[in-house]
Amino acid sequence: MSEFSNWDIIYNLLMAARWTVLLSLTAFVLGGLVGLLLLMARTAGGAWVKGLVRCYVELFQGTPLLMQLFIVFFGLPLIGLDISPWMAAMLGLTLFTSAFLTEIWRGCVEAIGKGQWEASTSLGMKFTQQMRYIILPQAMRIAVPPTVGFSVQVVKGTAVASIIGFVELTKAGTMITNATYAPFTVYGFVAVMYFLICYPLSLFAGYLEGKFRHVAR
Amino acid sequence: MAYKFDFGAIVPHWELLLDGVILTTELTVIGAVVGVGLGIMGAWARASRTPVISQIVGVYVELIRNTPFLIQLFFIFFGLPALGVKLTELQAAVLAMIVNLGAYSTEIVRAGIQAVPHGQIEAAQSLAMSRLQIFRYVIILPALQKIWPALSSQIVIVMLGSSVCSQIAAEELTFGANYIQALNFRAFEVYFIVTGIYLVMSILLRMVLKVLGNYLFERRRHV
Repeated sequence: MSEFSNWDIIYNLLMAARWTVLLSLTAFVLGGLVGLLLLMARTAGGAWVKGLVRCYVELFQGTPLLMQLFIVFFGLPLIGLDISPWMAAMLGLTLFTSAFLTEIWRGCVEAIGKGQWEASTSLGMKFTQQMRYIILPQAMRIAVPPTVGFSVQVVKGTAVASIIGFVELTKAGTMITNATYAPFTVYGFVAVMYFLICYPLSLFAGYLEGKFRHVAR
Repeated sequence: MAYKFDFGAIVPHWELLLDGVILTTELTVIGAVVGVGLGIMGAWARASRTPVISQIVGVYVELIRNTPFLIQLFFIFFGLPALGVKLTELQAAVLAMIVNLGAYSTEIVRAGIQAVPHGQIEAAQSLAMSRLQIFRYVIILPALQKIWPALSSQIVIVMLGSSVCSQIAAEELTFGANYIQALNFRAFEVYFIVTGIYLVMSILLRMVLKVLGNYLFERRRHV
């Protein structure tokens, strides 16, 4: 039986927390890119493209993240793709993130007045130009606070990846608990670490919200 | 080596899934009712004139909102026995859901309270109503009505989040799915079907909450 001091616990958890951060960042960036594509499809596409994107969003917002990860993790091997827990977690969280960000950003694009679209159309701008020069620069300002706020959900979502066997902060906590039989201490430290990652993001989101409030009107 | 899907392999175990659906529903109902109640009390305390009370509630809200539900669950189920508080899987699951929803709904209800026009509160004060009376008769219903959609979404999120309660062996829907796939190794089929069940449940729950909201706030709409 190995002796674990509190410092050993913290050290090991910190090592594992790097994976939590990496998974969060990857899912957030890739999810943002996919979300942007979906947003374009939803804004520019025909009725059935819009319907399709709405179904996609509904599907990911209406089912547990754990089920989404299970389906990726157990489903992809069936079509011959050998997939590691890391790949499954990354893919699942990316899809999850893209659905939520698309929905958040759709609200922001819709908040831009119709006159802006009409004015830019009358200047002969194409859709890509309208988006690039007129709509997105304005929508982005209102989109920043809720997007930062959602990043907290992504970080917390990575905890679920522990269930498909990806070793990040939560999984490391479980493993250390199994070795030390000190769940109170270990999960306490784990909670503190999540808090230290998430709370600054929450504060930042709140700060941005205050700063951009006058823009939102 | 094409895999042959066999969704029929799930059929013999339908009772396990039904039990899971029932338990998930029970957890959600208890969690939602007590959790929202806790949230209303939290919002009331947050508006308290004693700074200490308001700050304690503030710390609770931030702690819960910035840590994963899974960790809260593990802490309650595995950690609390160290303090002499022993809970069964179901008690731990429902407690975690209450504590979690309580924090979120504190913030949501608080936003609703802030949206109540100040003139109405001043009018109530000039009628010599006590703080509790003002809260009960003037503030809370319009506040809840205002934030009902946000509160409904949060309740759906908690229902979906309860799927991780399978990890402490609370026998809800996901636990049933895990059990079935351990019996027949049809992991994909089981999870596919259970995902569908969750989707239907979340759509139904949203409808129920909408109807409930209409019923609760009906009186006000006719005024």
